[in-house]
Amino acid sequence: MLSDITLGQFFPRKSVMHRADPRLKICLTVFAIVLIFAAGNFVSLALAVAYIGLGMALSKIPLKMYMKSLKPILFLVVFTAVLNVFYGTGEPLWQWGFLKVTKNGLLNCAFVSIRIIVLILASSVLTFTTSPTQLTDALERLLRPLSKLHVPVHEFAMMMTIALRFVPLLLEETEKIMSAQKARGADMESGGLIQRIKALIPVLIPLFVSAFRRAYDLATAMESRCYHGGEGRTKMKVLRFGGGDWLIAGSAVLALAAFIVLNVVFPPAIVR
Amino acid sequence: MSETILETKNLTYQYGIGTPFEKTAVEDVSISIEKGEFLGVIGHTGSGKSTLIQMLNGLIRPTSGQVLLDGQDIWAEPKKIRAVRFRVGMVFQYPEYQLFEETVLKDIVFGPKNMGLSDEEALARAKEAAAFTGLKEELWEKSPFELSGGEKRRAAIAGVIAMDPDVLILDEPTAGLDPRGRDVLLAQITQYHKKRQNTVMLVSHSMEDIGRTADRLLVMNQSRCAMLAPTKEVFSQSAKLEQMGLRVPQITKIVQELGALGCPVDPSTLTVDDALKQLLPYLKQKLPRKEAGSDAV
Ligand SMILES: Nc1ncnc2c1ncn2[C@@H]1O[C@H](COP(=O)(O)OP(=O)(O)OP(=O)(O)O)[C@@H](O)[C@H]1O
Ligand SMILES: [Mg+2]
Repeated sequence: MLSDITLGQFFPRKSVMHRADPRLKICLTVFAIVLIFAAGNFVSLALAVAYIGLGMALSKIPLKMYMKSLKPILFLVVFTAVLNVFYGTGEPLWQWGFLKVTKNGLLNCAFVSIRIIVLILASSVLTFTTSPTQLTDALERLLRPLSKLHVPVHEFAMMMTIALRFVPLLLEETEKIMSAQKARGADMESGGLIQRIKALIPVLIPLFVSAFRRAYDLATAMESRCYHGGEGRTKMKVLRFGGGDWLIAGSAVLALAAFIVLNVVFPPAIVR
Repeated sequence: MSETILETKNLTYQYGIGTPFEKTAVEDVSISIEKGEFLGVIGHTGSGKSTLIQMLNGLIRPTSGQVLLDGQDIWAEPKKIRAVRFRVGMVFQYPEYQLFEETVLKDIVFGPKNMGLSDEEALARAKEAAAFTGLKEELWEKSPFELSGGEKRRAAIAGVIAMDPDVLILDEPTAGLDPRGRDVLLAQITQYHKKRQNTVMLVSHSMEDIGRTADRLLVMNQSRCAMLAPTKEVFSQSAKLEQMGLRVPQITKIVQELGALGCPVDPSTLTVDDALKQLLPYLKQKLPRKEAGSDAV
């Protein structure tokens, strides 16, 4: 089912992570991703993983959901892992023709896989705990300096909000139309490539028609409420950086300090 | 008439299994639908009607339980599920959003063609179905997107009728139509049912529509089957229906209250015509000289 994808979904809860300022969460996610890629050895990587794990635990969202978010990128992980296993240097532990596995390769493989997985988990913490509206609000605020350079930040944020809002709607609509055409005997599960593409026409045309209709309705609704872009527009929910947020930001600074120390003290893990 | 065509056994369906949004939409429903009957389905919003009927033609697979078509489990051979969908036709809520072809007729032909019929046969069926639903001939070669809402609805219903299913399921076909349009569409569905002698299942929120057309009623309440009985029997239990957020047709309510006042009428009268037939002689006899108060009804 299309609705089984959890990557990028929002799960409303009451948790520390949900309450945190979305601007802070965006910055922290970027921070965590930088840590993962700056980690030179397993010890500092472990610290970065632990930091993200803490975020996951504080989000009060079951681990199962995080695991599900990994599903779409599983292929990528396996692919890079396999590549890395065979690209190590040093004494081969096992050899078959030109394929050889070395201790080095195994370590690299583990290192790179962990990196990708944790990268997705980190962004999942952000999207699971932050509603799309909050997310775009925060982005708009963070990017506001760019509007000095005549970048239409507000318009971009509005476009993103609308796009995000419409994704689940269109998914739902697609499922409905597919059911209706299946009820008329449309065959979408068998046949060759050409046949399958042809079978999509009865779904795509109604979908486009309805997307245009919705877009049209939305434009009318926005205009009739006098929407005229970002200038002079105020927010109903003003983002506020509270006491808890300072605490979280402080923890990030501490983590960064510890991370730098660990990264320097221990030798690098990736050897080519 | 009492031959069973569709049967469900302990049918259960859950949405979003394994997510925080898990929801049991249909629970332990065991019903049998007879060949040739007109079955009405009522139940308040979210009671699981749409989910139930989507399982009857194999659009969604039950979480547990069985759907039997002529005694055969429809999921016994999942590869053959399309054959089931041709025999159990389904018209969705707001079916006009499924139109996609260049012309109305081409769209109606989509179903019959999927069944593997020849072009001529499919076209013949499409024309017949279009006529059945009262689509005027001058609309047949138009683009479906140029039709009015009601005409689109007719075209979409014709698209399913053209497959000539043994069981025709309609999910709120009259929603969003004007009163006249509702009456005409409903009359056409009843007429179609009479002519083809097939089984029709009609989901509706309008007790009046249901009362006028259905032989039997299936009442859904909180994902379960609350009642399955002849229409009159169901509508004679107004207290029970009201508990489920439903009600009896207006005219039935009036008749029941008149009955409580001592007027000799059948408390399960379902249509205004029936009520008139009973009330007029009574009123004439009660008010012999004055003008009979027939306008009051
Ligand atoms: N695609 C879906 N995903 C998750 N839950 C759903 C989905 N479709 C329906 N439900 C839930 O299942 C329950 C039954 O829905 P269903 O559509 O069968 O009700 P209904 O009786 O047809 O209502 P209505 O009269 O409003 O059409 C509802 O609580 C609904 O929220
Ligand atoms: Mg419904």
